[in-house]
Amino acid sequence: MDLKDKLISSFMAFENNVDVEHPVHDVRAEAMKNFEKKGFPSKKEEAWKYTSLNSLQKTNFSIFPKEENALEYKEVKKYFLHEIDTYKIVFIDGIYSSYLSETTHDGVDICLMSSALTKPMYKQVIDVYFNKVASKDESLTTLNTAFSREGAYIYIPKNKMPKKPIEILHLATGNEASLMLQPRNLVVVEENAEVQIIERHQSLTTNEVLTNSVTEIFAAENGIVDYYKIQNDASTASLIDNTYINQKDKSVVKVHTFSFGGKLIRNNLNFYQNGEYIDSTMKGVTILGDKQHVDHHTLVHHIEPNCESHQDYKGIYGDSATGVFNGKIIVDKIAQKTNAFQQNNNILVSDKATINTKPQLEIFADDVKCSHGCTIGQLDEEALFYLQTRGIPKKEARALLMYAFANNVLSSVRIPELKTRINKLIANKLGVNLGFNL
Amino acid sequence: MLKISNLHAQVDDKEILKGINLEVKPGEVHAIMGPNGSGKSTLAEVIAGKEEFEVTQGSVELDGENLEEVAPEERAHKGIFLSFQYPVEIPGVSVTNFMKTAINESRKAKGLEDMPANEMLKLIRDKSEMLEIDRKFLSRSLNEGFSGGEKKRNEIFQLAMLEPKVAILDETDSGLDIDALRIVANGVNKLKSKDNAVIVITHYQRLLDYIVPDFVHVLHDGKIVKSGGKELAMELEEKGYDWLKQEAAI
Repeated sequence: MDLKDKLISSFMAFENNVDVEHPVHDVRAEAMKNFEKKGFPSKKEEAWKYTSLNSLQKTNFSIFPKEENALEYKEVKKYFLHEIDTYKIVFIDGIYSSYLSETTHDGVDICLMSSALTKPMYKQVIDVYFNKVASKDESLTTLNTAFSREGAYIYIPKNKMPKKPIEILHLATGNEASLMLQPRNLVVVEENAEVQIIERHQSLTTNEVLTNSVTEIFAAENGIVDYYKIQNDASTASLIDNTYINQKDKSVVKVHTFSFGGKLIRNNLNFYQNGEYIDSTMKGVTILGDKQHVDHHTLVHHIEPNCESHQDYKGIYGDSATGVFNGKIIVDKIAQKTNAFQQNNNILVSDKATINTKPQLEIFADDVKCSHGCTIGQLDEEALFYLQTRGIPKKEARALLMYAFANNVLSSVRIPELKTRINKLIANKLGVNLGFNL
Repeated sequence: MLKISNLHAQVDDKEILKGINLEVKPGEVHAIMGPNGSGKSTLAEVIAGKEEFEVTQGSVELDGENLEEVAPEERAHKGIFLSFQYPVEIPGVSVTNFMKTAINESRKAKGLEDMPANEMLKLIRDKSEMLEIDRKFLSRSLNEGFSGGEKKRNEIFQLAMLEPKVAILDETDSGLDIDALRIVANGVNKLKSKDNAVIVITHYQRLLDYIVPDFVHVLHDGKIVKSGGKELAMELEEKGYDWLKQEAAI
């Protein structure tokens, strides 16, 4: 049985465990129909030309873990940003771990999707926001919608800001030979409210994991969202991340994606600007080796006038790693005075590494500033020689140059301890100790 | 200290250095002058160990050791320093952190521990004061957005920090106004001692008013065609290079 058939038959079992009378279940059932019709995307589709899900579909993933698993904090401490105090929403094999989590209802709601989808007190928010910006058409998103039950639920009312950043951590224990996870997150930031979120997926063994995640983010007028995705998973873990962002007037949403590890990573990052004077920022650092594969698909839809979008993705690919960057910008006819910038720069450090990069601009307004640029290159030999003449050995010199190349993406990280952590991950990834904290 | 014998070097089968002989002793200042394309920068880069160039004949020796198989960073550890004509920009790495890395890599190569932080800070303070470098400058990303003068001053700051035996200054005067030139030259003069040597590569005589050479060599078509004292530089300034080219052709 391939994965699609298994998912379809699992849906019936799933229905035995949720309230099928609840209005949310109508949304699920509708989504399941769509997935049944469409199935997994194939390489024949333009958007999936360079990323194949074939081998994943042949893997016999468990759709639900057989049992609840526990972990001690000390086993997983290193995956938290433990240098600072944070709210934590932690899942072990897809099941909420109250032991490792720290949620709150003190002025803001930082808790669970399973509560939000079932308890009456959240009904109003769910009615307004759940599955409202996520695609009802894209097959992997609808697959997630069909199985939506658990994930992070974050609601920040008007003028509020949580006291500390929020970490969403998905841990896989490896107790299943191969496990599929489908977390569903909802983040709502009301007028003048602000939130900082760090999301990470971590497999603790070499057993295979496939995560198909959907996150919906709503930023109301003047809302501020900083979202950091740390993708540094085991080489047997694959991640399909579907993130949908709906922004209103003067809101500022920044998404940073750090892709340092995993078997296959696909990021579908979609911004919809439903208002004026909106700022949308997407930044990414990708450093991959071995046979790792990453595919960044971004979309910014400029729907109203006077908005900005900024995209800056840097990639360093070694060994036989492969990368894709596809950045789509749509500027509607009405969206005059749009400023849209897109930059994708790549360094290939091995002959076998490849990158496919493609800007895709659809501009229907005539008074706009749109720029895009992509480069693919090697490290600058002259710069290497310069560093060597200062006594820095070639390996360290290469690392220093790669670090410098990726660096400007880090300048907008607003949590200093996170920046330090990312710097350390980069230094580790490059295999050097540069003698100072980068 | 530095001995260059019958040095031939080529890139892509094109011979650029065609038999250079030069001996530099401790305490000496040598100037290498010559028209564009004569091989001045190539000579500097071959001494520093740039791998792009293939040495086909002859040798470069430092304190009696043939440097042929020695990597650029090891040459730096042994005491060769090249001030670049076009220093490279390294965003995200401050001048201070860059110098820490450079100094500690050099110490590591010599089997020494990292320099203690307070010692490093004092060294940085002393050398930056000597070169009239603002402290704010040290926390900026290396060469990023620096003016031509700032880049060159930063090169000399690195020279001061690393204290090499042989410092090669490649066109350090280009792009400098007269004030910046004076500061850079004063810095070099303060660093000069009886134990180290300086090779100044320049197109013009201007810098040699400030860094006074003991010897002047004229390079033309990959060879030293004339050597003399500092008065040779004056003569070149007056007459240009054409008379030498003619002399060399005879």
